[in-house]
Amino acid sequence: MKKLRILSLAMAAALSVSLLAGCSDGTATTPDTDTSAAPNDTTSTATGAAFKIGGTGPLTGAASIYGLAAQRGAQIAVDEINALGGDIQFELKYEDDVHDPEKAVNAYNALKEWGMQISLGSVTSKPGEATSVYNFEDRIFALTPSASSTAVVEGKDNVFQMCFTDPNQGLASAEYIYNQGLAEKVFIIWKNDDVYSTGIKDTFMAEAETLGLEVVGDATFADGNDQDFSVQLGQAKDAGADLLFLPMYYQPASLILAQADAMGYTPKFFGVDGMDGILTMEGFDASLAEGVMLLTPFNADATDEATVNFVTKYKELYGETPNQFAADAYDCVYAYKLALETAGCTPDMSASEICDKLIEVFPTITLNGLTGDGSGITWESNGQVSKAPKGMVIQDGAYVGMD
Amino acid sequence: MTKLRHMKKSTRTSFFTYGLVIVAFLIIQILRGTVGIGSLLEGQLIPICAYIVMAVSLNLVVGISGELSLGHAGFMSVGAFAGCAMANGLQNLVPSEPLRLVIAILFGALMAALAGFLIGIPVLRLNGDYLAIVTLAFGEIIKTILTNLYIGVDANGLQASFVNDTTDLAEGGIALIKGPMGVSNTSARISTFVAGFILVMVALIVVFNLVNSRAGRAIMATRDNRIAAESVGISVTKYKLMAFTVSAALAGAAGTLYGCSQITFSANKFDFNTSILILVFVVLGGLGNMWGSVIAATALTILPEALRQFSDYRMLVYAIVLILVMLATNSPAIRSFFLRIVRGGRNEDGPSRSAKKEAAK
Repeated sequence: MKKLRILSLAMAAALSVSLLAGCSDGTATTPDTDTSAAPNDTTSTATGAAFKIGGTGPLTGAASIYGLAAQRGAQIAVDEINALGGDIQFELKYEDDVHDPEKAVNAYNALKEWGMQISLGSVTSKPGEATSVYNFEDRIFALTPSASSTAVVEGKDNVFQMCFTDPNQGLASAEYIYNQGLAEKVFIIWKNDDVYSTGIKDTFMAEAETLGLEVVGDATFADGNDQDFSVQLGQAKDAGADLLFLPMYYQPASLILAQADAMGYTPKFFGVDGMDGILTMEGFDASLAEGVMLLTPFNADATDEATVNFVTKYKELYGETPNQFAADAYDCVYAYKLALETAGCTPDMSASEICDKLIEVFPTITLNGLTGDGSGITWESNGQVSKAPKGMVIQDGAYVGMD
Repeated sequence: MTKLRHMKKSTRTSFFTYGLVIVAFLIIQILRGTVGIGSLLEGQLIPICAYIVMAVSLNLVVGISGELSLGHAGFMSVGAFAGCAMANGLQNLVPSEPLRLVIAILFGALMAALAGFLIGIPVLRLNGDYLAIVTLAFGEIIKTILTNLYIGVDANGLQASFVNDTTDLAEGGIALIKGPMGVSNTSARISTFVAGFILVMVALIVVFNLVNSRAGRAIMATRDNRIAAESVGISVTKYKLMAFTVSAALAGAAGTLYGCSQITFSANKFDFNTSILILVFVVLGGLGNMWGSVIAATALTILPEALRQFSDYRMLVYAIVLILVMLATNSPAIRSFFLRIVRGGRNEDGPSRSAKKEAAK
């Protein structure tokens, strides 16, 4: 009897595992519900002569909206390029890093075992800092869509960024506010356990001091106490601030907007690229964001053909408006296509050969992508991108250029 | 063989555990030297060693001392931050990497032990659920402090600031701890698998010797019956504090080993979830069972990576495997089944005897 029971337990275990295996296979045919299965599709269509692109990002967990957006954006670009059937074909694989540097290194190693030739780095900054060191040591070229910390590219000749670095955003924001004469007294609310927020705030403060822009105070929040901002808003109000600078992602920003409205406090609000996505956020009254200003490299409401095409496709496949992470990842894949064509690389080359060529080529190319303005995207040889941030203001529920 | 039979059961268990770790180490080293073990596993070797030490040290508190601690990752982070700051700060003074690692680990262990001692004094007067909640809160406090701490070193000495980075480092200065950005190991990635193995062995030797000593019996006596232990003159707080401090020191050493193997880490890494994860290792391996902790920590660190093929369903499969393993290891039927296999059927009364023991419990 005992043996029978053990046997039945083992059978049940085997069945449940095979059931789940069935799940992940079954969804491969319906890319709109499961994106991770999509790489399997490209594997079957590729003729073996495709560049293997790997990337890590948070596909599960609290930060998964960023990772999934980047993965989806890159996948759309890869599918487009493969459908054209040119010389450059790609095979894309994203591994989950749960926004944890340790897991990101594991994910990177898994991709290395898979045979990754070029890398999309990591989606978020901290994991990006860890994996970029391995990219450097293993000579695998990396172009990260959105890991914006300077530590990601610093001292590594083969790691490039598609997004602005955090200090650049703080700098640009301070200059913008000062040059446009938007405010007399600025108050900053920032997230003190977040690299992104801290990085922007530090350079903003420094630049504001040199420009003579008056910062009347700052207040912090952190993971776990990011629901109630009445204290911080009260401080800002008492300090007489007429502009609130919010270097943060859009979820806490949406709460700040709602709570400021509830207490009848109506300063100007100024955000950075993390604010992008606020208009499409579920359960948020978009009218509260009216008049909010932000710097962003990407505008989903732009009317140029490339953006419209991308946004339509993204909405069709995933049922939501793409944010800047998706657009950056999409641009990354096209940047790779352009660079590989220019360098004359072929898929049978080793990762380090491709790496050497791309290091030479990248600072010379100019990409016209979804992000950046009309003058195109270029790279410095230190890996940082130079593209102009777009100053946007939200009017009638849509972004409008601010100049 | 006969000698083995005559040994005390506790000695046999400790030798079995040492043997297990040594054999596993030798097999891995031979594989690394010949066919290789793949870069995924290779990258996990040092974290696995660190998690084993964490599990063994928590087992001392939860299994031997009988107090539920939910803030063990806090000690790990103290060790990681203190040890890595030390290793980074000494990079010019002590060029020898192994020596620097030893100094860093000792410093990390010392700082964590100090934290454990200070926290233990008020906390260990509580017991049961209260202690669990207080340790949980303590873990969060450490996380918040480290998230806001900035420390740098330059020719003029140490500089520290809180919340806002006001450290102004001279040319050649090194930022040791950078608030929310945590620690960036420029030249302190000095942990090796051999060092990890040695630390695991040291942790096991320390724990087994403590448990099998007079103090260890006193610790277990306070666990089994606090009033009875007090009535024979055992100072409950003293012995609980001893177990808690030793455990914190080992956790600090594990933290340094872990920190010195990572390129970057921040205080958020050592949150409540990490504490729970280590508690899972201990519970899965069996309370008070050290070799169980070793195996559970290894298996549960490798498992999520081994399940990558399930992509989005990875953590779901992980949870199911965890539940099944918990059920399986705690089922008397399965236990006796394995016992029968181990004894090869030559000892027919074996299972029934162990079953009786189980029932007597």
